[in-house]
Amino acid sequence: MELLAFGKTGWGDELFYATLMTIAVSITAMLVGFLFALIFTPLKLSKFKTLNLVGNFYTTVIRGVPELLVIYLFFFGGSGAIMYVASIFGYFEYIEINAFITGSMAIGIISGAYSTEVFRGAIQSIDKGQFEAAKVLGISKLGQFYKIILPQMLRLAIPNLSNVWQITLKDTSLISVTGLVEIMRQSYIAAGSTRDPLFFYSFAAVLYLLLTYVSMKLINKLEVKYSRGY
Amino acid sequence: MDFDLMITSFPKLLGATVITLKLLSASLFFGLFLGLSFAILRLNKNIVINKFAYGYSYIFRGTPLLVQIFIIYFGLGQIEYLRTTFLWVILKEPYWCAIIAFTLNTGAYTSEILRSAFQTIKPGIIEAGKSLGIPNKIIFYKIQIPIAIRQSLPAYGNEIILMMKGTSLASTVTLMDLTGVAKYIISTTFKPIEVFIVAGGIYLFMTFIIHNVIKYLEKKYSFQ
Repeated sequence: MELLAFGKTGWGDELFYATLMTIAVSITAMLVGFLFALIFTPLKLSKFKTLNLVGNFYTTVIRGVPELLVIYLFFFGGSGAIMYVASIFGYFEYIEINAFITGSMAIGIISGAYSTEVFRGAIQSIDKGQFEAAKVLGISKLGQFYKIILPQMLRLAIPNLSNVWQITLKDTSLISVTGLVEIMRQSYIAAGSTRDPLFFYSFAAVLYLLLTYVSMKLINKLEVKYSRGY
Repeated sequence: MDFDLMITSFPKLLGATVITLKLLSASLFFGLFLGLSFAILRLNKNIVINKFAYGYSYIFRGTPLLVQIFIIYFGLGQIEYLRTTFLWVILKEPYWCAIIAFTLNTGAYTSEILRSAFQTIKPGIIEAGKSLGIPNKIIFYKIQIPIAIRQSLPAYGNEIILMMKGTSLASTVTLMDLTGVAKYIISTTFKPIEVFIVAGGIYLFMTFIIHNVIKYLEKKYSFQ
């Protein structure tokens, strides 16, 4: 237990901050994922074949390639890409991107592919009559989406989004390979300096279980809220 | 774009794919048995057995695969007693540690898939078997299991693809699988995009094959 003490003698405070980092990366990645879903869901539902192709390309490639490979692409290629863009604008110094940004972008793109599929499924399962009725009533396109489609879609999407959240949360452990100090990286450091990997990795597992358990409880509440009237 | 690098790295990556496929097939093979046993335990009415099976699937589905591999590869070696037993022959090899971790992980997901398949079997089918005088054991092996396997094919297909992606984590315990070799080439040449296209292409090709095999099996074993 003294291994987990707070302060200089134990690893308690380090692991606590690492847990906060995991939560921060997961939430950022999830939001980045929503942004990507916002772009690619309309593409997948579009009437134009070319736009469909772009949307399908994104979700198929990201869901078919290991997360770790995507993270390596970002880790090794991220600063190169940024420097290339900067060089166009006449800036030639070395640019290093923060591990937090690289990590949450990489995980965000992965979670975005899953979110896109969830939103596509949810929109497609809304009755066609709803769209037609809204059109007949002369509601604007934006109004249709925000007031009619979105509330119905969320009810259908929340259970699946909760799965996406769990996947995203667990995927953040992979960012430890880039050196960002989240739960997994901190456990690795602690295990290395105390020579007690069994304890620290098991403790990391407990922390992840705790995170998934708490988030499940919170999402269940959300689910109840959005299925009022059903 | 460095096409020469893409061409020269292709055979190296293809060679590493063999290890990925070995890891995948071994863990799926053992995982299916493990999953089936735990699915049967989940259907048991005894609350202790039931809770034990639920706990297993909850823990392995609620923690990242990376933690599971690290506990098995780095953690278990710390127990002095284990080092003296014959188990140490297996546990000191990263290859077997990876297979054990993947098996336990896919076993947990498979048990959930099969359990829900068992529970969706209509009671009428089992009752029909009973009224024909078929013994319970035979009803289970000849009626319930084949129907459950057919029911769970789509979900199990997804699990195979997830597991294929999961094998990439073997590269974190020094195994040179497809992702491991890809990382090595990237870190020596600093050309991430080219290597990503080739390695990602191989992964996508495998996904495509698995997807179509499952689709074919679904069609073959559909009720119509």
